[in-house]
Parts: sequence; C-alpha cells; structure tokens
Amino acid sequence: MSEGTSDMVELTLRETQAKTSARLEWTLVGLGILALLVAPFLVYPIFLMKMLCFALFACAFNLLLGYTGLLSFGHATFFGGAAYFTAHAVKVWGWPPEAGILLGVAGAALLGLVMGFFAIRRQGIYFAMITLALSQMFFFFCVQSPFTEGEDGIQGVPRGMLVGVLDLNRSLNMYYFVLAVFLIGVFAIWRIVNSPFGMILRSIRENENRAISLGYSVANYKLGAFVMSAALAGLAGSLKAIVFQFATLTDVTWQMSGEVILMTLLGGIGTMVGPIIGASLVIGLENTLATSGFPVSIATGLIFMVCVLIFRRGIVGEFYARLLKRVGKD
Amino acid sequence: MTMIFGIPVQAFLGQLLVGLINGSFYAMLSLGLAVIFGLLRVINFAHGAQYMLGAFVGYLLLTYLGIGYWPALILAPLIVGVFGIVVERLALSRLYDLDPLYGLLFTFGLALVLEGIFRYYYGVSGNPYAVPPLLAGGTNLGFMFLPNYRGWVVVASLIVCFGTWALIEKTRLGSYLRAATENPHLVQAFGVNVPLLLTLTYGLGSALAGLAGILAAPIYQVSPLMGSDLIIVVFAVVVVGGMGSILGAIVTGYTLGLAEGLTKVFYPEASNLVVFVIMAIVLLVRPAGLFGRDA
Repeated sequence: MSEGTSDMVELTLRETQAKTSARLEWTLVGLGILALLVAPFLVYPIFLMKMLCFALFACAFNLLLGYTGLLSFGHATFFGGAAYFTAHAVKVWGWPPEAGILLGVAGAALLGLVMGFFAIRRQGIYFAMITLALSQMFFFFCVQSPFTEGEDGIQGVPRGMLVGVLDLNRSLNMYYFVLAVFLIGVFAIWRIVNSPFGMILRSIRENENRAISLGYSVANYKLGAFVMSAALAGLAGSLKAIVFQFATLTDVTWQMSGEVILMTLLGGIGTMVGPIIGASLVIGLENTLATSGFPVSIATGLIFMVCVLIFRRGIVGEFYARLLKRVGKD
Repeated sequence: MTMIFGIPVQAFLGQLLVGLINGSFYAMLSLGLAVIFGLLRVINFAHGAQYMLGAFVGYLLLTYLGIGYWPALILAPLIVGVFGIVVERLALSRLYDLDPLYGLLFTFGLALVLEGIFRYYYGVSGNPYAVPPLLAGGTNLGFMFLPNYRGWVVVASLIVCFGTWALIEKTRLGSYLRAATENPHLVQAFGVNVPLLLTLTYGLGSALAGLAGILAAPIYQVSPLMGSDLIIVVFAVVVVGGMGSILGAIVTGYTLGLAEGLTKVFYPEASNLVVFVIMAIVLLVRPAGLFGRDA
C-alpha cells in the first residue's frame, strides 16, 4: 500500500514538474522571440544572422542526436553541401533565392538519404565513424569537382529579390527573412519531436531492441529521422550561403561537423532550446577570438573536454535539472 | 620497357610501394585503435593527434637537443605513451561507465587542442625531417629502385604489427588483456589489477601511434595537420575490418593501402575516395566488417 502512495506522490510531483517547466518554457520562448525581433537594432545584423543559421543547424543536428540517439559525425556534408547547391543555383543559373534554398534543402535530403542508407547499418560508435568517413568522401568530392570552384569557393552569390518583391540586399529584410525561416525550422523540429513519429524515435533512443520487438521497423524510422535532420541542416546551410553570399570548403570539413556537435553538447543534448544557446555561445566565442589571435580550435577543444568530463547535461539540461530538483523539494 | 596493363612496370611498382607504405601506417594506426577499443570501449579520436605528436617529438628532439632518429625511435613512443597514460588517469578513466560516444567526444576535443597548439606555434606548413644517414640512398632491385628508408618502414611496421599481435595473443599479459576484454569484473575478482591494465593499454595504444609518427616523419613532412587527415581514413579502415580482431586490423590496413596505390595507377582522381568506396561496399555486403564479430 505504501508503495502505491509513493507512486501517487511521484506522479503528482512529475505533473507539477512538467507544468512548471512547460509554463516556464513558453514564457522564455515568447521573450526569446521578442528579443530576436528587436535585436537587429542593437546588435550587428550579420552576426545575428550567422548565429541564427548555426542555431538552426544545431537544432537540426539535435533532432538526430538528442531525440533519436544517433551521433552523426558528418553533418557538415548537409550544411555545406546545401550551401554549394544554393550558391550554384542562384549565381550560375540565376534562380531566385527561395528556389535556390529549396534546391539546397532537397539536395541535402538526398545526400542524407544516401549517407543514412549506409550508416544505419551499424550502431553507436561505428555509426559515428561511418558518417565521418562518408562526409570526408564528400569533402574530397567537393575539392575535386569543378562546380564548387575549388579553394576559392563560390563567391559573389547575389542575394536577389525574395519572391520577386522583397529586396534581400537590405540588411533588415534579410534579417527578418532569416528569422522567419529559423522560426519555421525550429517549429518544424518541435512538431516532429512531439509527434507520434517523434515518440517512436525517442523509444529507439531509449531502447532500440524493445522498439524492434514492439514491431517498429527501426531502420526506416532512423532513416526518416536522418533525412529530416539532413534536410533541416541543409536549410540552415542554404540560408547561410544567401546571407554571406558565398559557399566554401570550410562548411564541408569534419571540423564543421565537430563544431555542431559542440554547440549541441554545450547547450544541452535533447533539449529544444539548448542547441540555440550553444550555437550562440560558440559563434560569439569564435567572433571574440577571431580578433584576439588565440587559436579557436584550442578553445573549442577545451570546451569539448570540459563538457564531456563535468558538464554532460549542457547549460539548458543543467538548468532544468536544478529547477526540477527545487520544485521537487517544495 | 616492360608494361603491365598498359602501364610501365616501374610506375606500377612505384605506386604499389607508395600504397604499401600508406598501408603500413593504416595497419599500425588501426591496430592501436583496435587494441584501445577492445579493452576500453573508447574510440580514440586523438590517435591521429598522437601520431602527429610522435613525429613532432622526434622533430623537436632533433632541432633543440640534437637527438637523432634512432634514439627518437625509442623516446618518441615513450613520451607519447606517458602522455597517453596521464590522459587516461586524469580523464578517460572517468568516462568508462558512460556511453562510449563520450570517449569519442572527449578524445575529439583532445585532438583539437593538440592540433591547435602545434598549429599555433609551427603553422600549417610541413617541417622536413631528414632521413637518417644509415638509411639514406636506395637499392636497385633490378625491376625497380627502392629508397632504403621506405623499405625500412615496411619492415619496421611489419615487426611492430606482429610484435603487438604476439604480445596480445601469445603472452601472459596479453591473455589477461583478452580476458579483461571479455569480462573485466570477473578478471578483477581473480586479483588482476584491471584499472592498471586499462591505463597501460591506453599508454600502449598511444605509444604505437607515436611510433608510427616518428617512422612517418622522414617520409611525410612533420606538420600539425598530418594526423587528422589520416585518422579519418583509418576510421574507414576500422569499419571495413571490424574491430573484433587484431590480425584483421593489420590485414585490412595493408590491403586498403595497396588498393589505394593501385587506384592511383589506373584512376588517380579516385585514389582519395577508394577507401571510402570500399567501406560503403563492405557495409552493404557484410555490415559487421570483414573480420567483425558483432553482427
């Protein structure tokens, strides 16, 4: 009997915790969007746009790592690949920006389908190594292929007119377009994560064998998650190509794949807001270091080591853990 | 001039030799990765950085202390091995109870730091390291010209690979190691100091990477980036071979090196890609890897 009571207490406690965190989340989301709306009047818009692109990239990555439990070490392929596709379509073929971005997303999804097809054949550590190897293969392809224009990259991509009316060369127009795409992208991820499909992904993360024995075709779900994550990472890359008006090899290197892992890890794996905060911090740090002369890779490497050793929940994860502990005590 | 498949035999054998040299390094590095993974369940991303560290230790010993190649051949692996032991004691040993992915991420961070430090002080360009006088020059084998140092690297890597294999498969220490791979708790209960075994294993794996580094120094230039490009190919080698067996790692390493050399003869553009393509094919046909056990 005492066991039953404690279960009840546990249940109400959890409900309170869930309610508290939900209320808090919505307040923070509202405040965050408000801040992003006024931000370009206070902060350099280019920096904000870079932040938003990488935040979307990290959220897309987190869809795979945080909610499906798959560590991809090859996400630069989708980010940088999509940037190349968009830059090429807009500059060489003269496509409007929205069509270029759609092409980038489609291309990234296709790359995701191919890479995912091979990678989901192995699990855990092998999955990470396979994605890394395949993305290195894509890197070599980009080095040799003429359409990427080699070491120079595709430079001077015109921003153009969005659907023929909105001039993206104006900084504020560009910023609000980026913000809109970012919000749509994050909303899409939120919907995916909280859909029945997303629940199955979580069950795969928690216990893959049980998901199999319950009759789910785990391989298909993993592949689906991989393609979605790739497409959204591609969206971020395409957007970045339009904002910065170039696409280069930097975005397809393994360092870039590592960077997005760091953003997610630092912010909090498996949280909605974590990757956004992580990306902002990493981009902010890089911007600061760029002028100081201190090598960025040492800093990111150190943060990596510290996070893995003592800060595995990340900023947002740690915040929730402390908050829930306090609610539990009351 | 003799021709093979329409290609001069000299060029053919020359590329094959390059492939054999690359394969020697793939074999030594994937061997170290397999040894570490077998016991620690950690994929050592820093393996490439430790290989670079080995080469740099040799270079620094020569530049600042005037210590030449042969002592460096002992000292470099020793120093890198001790470095590995310190890393394992301070950090890696705290991660064993967690998902193995954290080990990968930690060593990835370590690799970034090591590479960053050397890049900061020595730039990205390579520093030449002279071939030791004893092995300078070459030998005419009749059908081809073999630079002596390259011949030595092939021999040395074979000795290292089979030495490690013998250590693990044929000695008492190796049998402890293999037993601890199967069931560490049981082995500990028998009175073997398993944590010490883990530390020594990581040290040994790191030392192997350091040794490969100093062997590589006279062939490739000593550069901060020499490890990171190599390690990704070695990961592909490991996926192809599977990490179940030491011998498997060695054989796969040499085979893929040779395959790469052959591709360079017939279709040079694809030589960077061939290892990855082979990996993809193996994943389709035998997902567990050629020598893998964990299907």
